[in-house]
Amino acid sequence: MMNLLRNLDRRIIFLVMGLAVAIPILLRFTPPTEVTNMDRSVFNAIEELPDGSRILLSFDFDPGSQGELLPMAMAFTRHMAEKRHKIYFMCLWPLGEPFVEDAMVILREEYPDLKYGTDYVSFGYKPGNEAVIKNIIVDWKQLFVTDSRREDLNNVPMTANIKSAKSMDLIVNVSAGDPGTKQWVQYAATPADIPMVAGCTGVQAPLLYPYVPYPLEGLLAAIKGAAGYEKLVVDAYPKLKEEQFVKARYSSTSALQYMGPQLVAHLLMVLLVIIGNIIFFVDRNRGAA
Amino acid sequence: MSTESTPVPSGSGGVIGWTIGVLIIVVGMVVAGFMLDAGQVYVVPTQNTYSEFTKTTPVDTWLPVGSAPARKLQWNGAEISEVKNQNMTKADAFALGMSEAKWLHAEQEGKTVDVAHLTGSEVVTKWFPKGDQAGTGWTGTGQTVSWETYTALPATMAADKRPENAQLSMSRTFGIWLAAIFTLCIMSFLIGDNPFYKTAEAVVVGASAGYYVALNFYTGIVDKLLINVFPGLVRAWTTPGLSFEQEFDWIYLIPAILSVMLLCRLLPSGGWIARWPLAFIIGATAGFRLTSYIESDFLEQIKATITSLWVVNAGDQFMFWPSVGAVVILLGVLCCLVYFFFSMEHKGVVGKTARMGIFMLMITFGAAFGLTVMGRITLLSDRFMFLFKDWLHLM
Repeated sequence: MMNLLRNLDRRIIFLVMGLAVAIPILLRFTPPTEVTNMDRSVFNAIEELPDGSRILLSFDFDPGSQGELLPMAMAFTRHMAEKRHKIYFMCLWPLGEPFVEDAMVILREEYPDLKYGTDYVSFGYKPGNEAVIKNIIVDWKQLFVTDSRREDLNNVPMTANIKSAKSMDLIVNVSAGDPGTKQWVQYAATPADIPMVAGCTGVQAPLLYPYVPYPLEGLLAAIKGAAGYEKLVVDAYPKLKEEQFVKARYSSTSALQYMGPQLVAHLLMVLLVIIGNIIFFVDRNRGAA
Repeated sequence: MSTESTPVPSGSGGVIGWTIGVLIIVVGMVVAGFMLDAGQVYVVPTQNTYSEFTKTTPVDTWLPVGSAPARKLQWNGAEISEVKNQNMTKADAFALGMSEAKWLHAEQEGKTVDVAHLTGSEVVTKWFPKGDQAGTGWTGTGQTVSWETYTALPATMAADKRPENAQLSMSRTFGIWLAAIFTLCIMSFLIGDNPFYKTAEAVVVGASAGYYVALNFYTGIVDKLLINVFPGLVRAWTTPGLSFEQEFDWIYLIPAILSVMLLCRLLPSGGWIARWPLAFIIGATAGFRLTSYIESDFLEQIKATITSLWVVNAGDQFMFWPSVGAVVILLGVLCCLVYFFFSMEHKGVVGKTARMGIFMLMITFGAAFGLTVMGRITLLSDRFMFLFKDWLHLM
């Protein structure tokens, strides 16, 4: 047995890990999700703003991290739509723009009373990384002459009176790396003292926690943070638990659905680490003997 | 021995094993296609029709030459019939749409402003959705454009619940199949390096490069450079909604020249020219980042570390766990700082503190690794979710 485990082909482990992820998905296994204080801080930052507040929502990620970040991006969009906040979409990553378009499809299909230009607007992608943030903090229209539909910003009701990003009541950033949350903290939230919350990938989270609670009011770390936030949103707005929203292309509970495979895969991982250590110590003792 | 290929184990089992594996996958896909209607996407078309209207307004007005309203009238067909100098106050000039830059120029000339007499007619063209009232003064030109937009139905929607006008979208179905096949090709790397993985990888790289080139041309060259150097060209070409306040700004010629200098790196003998813009980029970026790092990553972090260790709530009651947290943060920072202090030998108290710093760092790395694992499992879940839901319709 020990010999078998010692010489176990790594492809067997890949297969077992694949099954550990696939089976809970097919069985729709969704374990209960704990909501952390951090998730609650992010939720409260949006929930406690007066209805119709201006929120800058930047999707700074690409398809490579959509599994981790798209659920929270769509949860942010739905939450803001429920609160009737004014949403200003933008992205600093070239491949973030299709996700902005998808978020606006959600708004168009699920919230038909919200109109482009008066309730939400997209500035699309702008190259320049942190220079973009630095510019819009001073003068928005010097950099963004038109919206993503190439309409003069002075003719769009939501943007006609926008002077700079300081006009925003909150910045929400969904980040997969640089430019992302770190740059928004350094060039917008800290110098301009604008309230900010963010969601990020698991890899980034340890590097961004030091920014909480100031200037970041809260941080959603990877899919676990997204699941906690999603739970708070669907509990606060029960209509999002209806089949129409749950079975939508971008489900209102997609992060919660990811927690089943997470749990099983992590248990398997722990088991493999324990087995690996047992083999190591047994071999060492035999060697010593 | 030199290795030219990626250092990964090659797929064992040889050609026969791979052939059998591929055959099983192909047969599985055919079965999935027929039995599960795999990848089929149904859409509902919506017809959009817009009609063209024009509005003609007679023009007989005096405006500062080159002002936004004057340029707008000229763009829409009015003509300058006369130009003269006129003394004007700043308020009057601004009320007529004169820009700050042009006023500064006029101020140097003794507040004399060139004003133009614009005559003729302004013809504004606009498209309205069919059926909408264009309003008074608008005349239809008879031109209409129509196109269809498609809304995808959920993959799990039963056939009897689909709207009557729902139709199978071949292009989207093909897209889902392609995405599924490429997903499997990339996953085949787990068995070993193979031609399917290489093909999928090459397609990703090529498609991404093409996408980035096209996108950066429009967002960088057009939307940043040309829009400021040739606003009229951009208005006529890609951005009809561009404001007439947008005018030629010579300052953008500097980055344009620097960009051309940067390309000189490709010249066989003029590569040194690229060092100048490169020096500018490095210097500007360093200066740009210095202040922000000092503020948010240095001063704010010190401020956040030196907090009260005796945490109380709004009612002045002691809070145990937040206080423990504050103590741990302070001790953790001090221990880690001692570990990175190499001017003293790590012995005695310093050594023990440094060792505690190592423990703190290890805990941080462990947390980072745990979060990384979580991220990777999510990516795998996402791909499985796509295969089971969007492709095989099992969910």
